[in-house]
Amino acid sequence: MDDLDRRLINRLQLGLPLVREPWQQIAQELHSRPCEVLDRLHDLLEDGVLTRFGPMFDIERLGGAFTLAALAVPEARFDAVAEQLNALPQVAHNYRRDHRWNMWFVLACATEAELAATLSRIEALTGLAVLNLPKEQTYHVGLYFPV
Amino acid sequence: MITPLSHEQMLDLRQCLESGLPIVARPYDDLAERIGAHHDQVLQQMQQWHDQGLFRRVGLVLNHRALGYVANAMLVLDVPDALVDEVGQRLGRAPGVNLCYQRPRRLPQWRYNLFCMVHGRERSAVEAQIQALLDQHMLSDLPYQLLFSTRAFKQCGGRFAPPPSQVWAHG
Repeated sequence: MDDLDRRLINRLQLGLPLVREPWQQIAQELHSRPCEVLDRLHDLLEDGVLTRFGPMFDIERLGGAFTLAALAVPEARFDAVAEQLNALPQVAHNYRRDHRWNMWFVLACATEAELAATLSRIEALTGLAVLNLPKEQTYHVGLYFPV
Repeated sequence: MITPLSHEQMLDLRQCLESGLPIVARPYDDLAERIGAHHDQVLQQMQQWHDQGLFRRVGLVLNHRALGYVANAMLVLDVPDALVDEVGQRLGRAPGVNLCYQRPRRLPQWRYNLFCMVHGRERSAVEAQIQALLDQHMLSDLPYQLLFSTRAFKQCGGRFAPPPSQVWAHG
């Protein structure tokens, strides 16, 4: 990654203008050319530095049901339980955290009923009690990672 | 006056956008061709979705680990119910706090009701940042814990959109 890549990433985190030729404006701001910027973006996606580029639909406004949940998994079973969870299409993220509640995951489902069924399914599959922590209030959402 | 997209075309457009915006000079022309519409219709629809708050921006999802953001801390606090909105709003505005949510307590297993995500490149720096944040907001006396993530197993953001994950899917 060079300086142009970094400036491009930082700029695109703020959003692409909604116009027919958006890369003209981005290239101008970055003192580059549209084709150069497009090549860079393509490479960053290819290399896995970026995982997606596009509109970020607010899934909750589109309907659907979500929650953050945790399991306290015995150490010896940790990898096996991680595999069980990751095989479920409803599991969007899954992180290990250094805490007694050591497995933290986000469930994204189409309906509340599917969410409840998925939570029960996880308890049945793993034999562990799920700590279900759906959000009650959002105070701030604004991921920005200066690079 | 630009003719709005038909319902079918709208669904097709959403479908096309699941994998992201085409990385080409005129992405909306490309999309318009795929759904049998004019680029002005596609842009109008995008603007409308944006105005309705269905998406905040045409932006990107970083593989933040690949970029060195490997210290990802979830700060959880036990805030008295009467204060949680006020504290949540203050912490949510603080620099470095990427996400801030209220979640239910689950007593006796779980007492914490306010969740903040703080990402950084080094664990010690994130710890210092959080300590400074708590001191500054006079919250150091509240029960709290820091849960650092040590491994990410899955980060696909769900079937409806990207993450969080960040987003956008943060449960």
